[in-house]
Amino acid sequence: MALNDRLSSLNELAAGQQHLADLAAALAKQAQAAAGQVAASGSAPGFFLTGLTVFVLACFVGYYVVWRVTPALHSPLMAVTNAVSSVIIVGALLAAGPAGISASKLMGLAAITLASVNIFGGFIVTQRMLAMYKSKKQTGIEKAPRKG
Amino acid sequence: MSSFVSLAYLISGICFIMALRGLASPATARSGNWFGIGGMALAVVTTLFLIGTESLGLIALAVAVGGAIGAFVARRIKMTALPQLVAAFHSLVGLAAVLVASAAFLSPEDYGIAEAGRIQLSSLIEMGLGVAIGAITFSGSLVAFAKLQGLVSGKPLIFKYQHRVNLALGLIVIGAVLTLVLTQAAAAYWTIVGVCFLLGFLLILPIGGADMPVVISMLNSYSGWAAAATGFTLENPLLIITGALVGASGAILSYIMCKGMNRSIFNVILGGFGSDAGAAAAAGAAADRAIKIGSAEDAAFILKNASSVIIVPGYGMAVAQAQHALRDMVDKLKAAGVQVRYAIHPVAGRMPGHMNVLLAEANVPYDDVLELDEINRDFGQTDVAFVIGANDVTNPAARTDPKSPIYGMPILDVEKAKTVLFVKRSMATGYSGVANELVYRPNTMMLFGDAKHMCENLAKALEE
Repeated sequence: MALNDRLSSLNELAAGQQHLADLAAALAKQAQAAAGQVAASGSAPGFFLTGLTVFVLACFVGYYVVWRVTPALHSPLMAVTNAVSSVIIVGALLAAGPAGISASKLMGLAAITLASVNIFGGFIVTQRMLAMYKSKKQTGIEKAPRKG
Repeated sequence: MSSFVSLAYLISGICFIMALRGLASPATARSGNWFGIGGMALAVVTTLFLIGTESLGLIALAVAVGGAIGAFVARRIKMTALPQLVAAFHSLVGLAAVLVASAAFLSPEDYGIAEAGRIQLSSLIEMGLGVAIGAITFSGSLVAFAKLQGLVSGKPLIFKYQHRVNLALGLIVIGAVLTLVLTQAAAAYWTIVGVCFLLGFLLILPIGGADMPVVISMLNSYSGWAAAATGFTLENPLLIITGALVGASGAILSYIMCKGMNRSIFNVILGGFGSDAGAAAAAGAAADRAIKIGSAEDAAFILKNASSVIIVPGYGMAVAQAQHALRDMVDKLKAAGVQVRYAIHPVAGRMPGHMNVLLAEANVPYDDVLELDEINRDFGQTDVAFVIGANDVTNPAARTDPKSPIYGMPILDVEKAKTVLFVKRSMATGYSGVANELVYRPNTMMLFGDAKHMCENLAKALEE
């Protein structure tokens, strides 16, 4: 039944969110600990470990999510990951933020332009692709009766 | 970073996960894409709050210019040109990563990763890695783009001592990273950038056209790792999360593509496949063997009298833009009560899922399009296998001939169908340079001609 499927996927979603929430809580704890270390030692090696934790866990999330992507949608997957990886624009914004003109600011602005091409282009082309995928019902072609 | 910003970044990270998760089925994919757009908007707006208003005008201008270009290209691009578009987009991510890392190197204070001009040790390591991966992604993707667009020959370009040169360049990069970490010398930094640009070119040039699905997936993965490394440098968890997601996605796709060709990732990266095999295969193909050639009318007669047909599309269908003509033909068959399905090999086309997009564009319902594992058993009970533009992925030699370069590659068992209709422009070999045994099978009928014209002629013949 479609309802059952939907229910089970909802359940999964809930479980996934629970997992993420736990993850966030664990990370927060770790970040706190790291901050404490920094304060104690005066240097700042703290973020690396926090970052590494986030990185490794995100790799696992990515691994499980991507294996569930149906092969028919591998092209849209590439397009959307490409759009999403342009989140690097966040770093570019930080570089372009300060007043005045400097080399790093110009680089930041250039990076913003490039990343914007990608963000708009990537999401739009994904949308275009996904709009084309239709099921039998949606294309209006009913299954022709078999011969014989 | 205030807790508000951290939370917003976390939410946008979750949005990106949801965007990928949506792709588990075509029914949920569209809403997934909206999650992605929402996540991106949230990340950008949050960062704008963080940096204040001094340069807002310039930033808005940059976004408008980039956004307009991106939107224009994405709306105009033909679906057959999708692989080169994706390659071009990857190169932009790579270049953006290089620019961001360079900006951080020049003004580390803006990112809070330096004290009195001295950048933290860990940041230097990450910066070196990030800029190296970004630069390789950039130039490598440019080459992939040029090959897919036909600006550079799709054939593997090989030169003497290629692997040694690449190895030497790789060692220089490692040396430069070490120097950078120890001395924070600007010269070392720019050496990394320059040498990695060069390395990107050299790494992708020797890889042939049909290995592009692997290359694009690999560059997809690199662009993710570059973003993650930048995230480490800037101490930004959102970049790390997103980079890891994209990196994992690209890596999995590369793995799937390699498995589809029964080759290791190293074999693909080292390149040169299909060039040395060509000579040997040409000798083998020289022996004159009987083949059966049919006309569109012959084929139409066979198709009309079949009760089940499986269509096997390949890159040739994309080149000939035959997907619409093919569907017209299939509509006629379906109207005549023939069961028609499509079988897609994992490496058909020039990027993962390429054939599925083209068929979807031609309005073929996705439930008619099946993957290798789902449909391969059914060829035995099928009347007609209709091969259009595919070659190596149907070659029975992959199962029977241990000497063949493609031995062990999973293939679609088309020769088990009662009749095989093989649409082909000429007797030329496929990408691997291996003659296709299928051509000589007694149950194979060759239909020579352009894929699109052949489909149109078939549709006409079916009407009569």
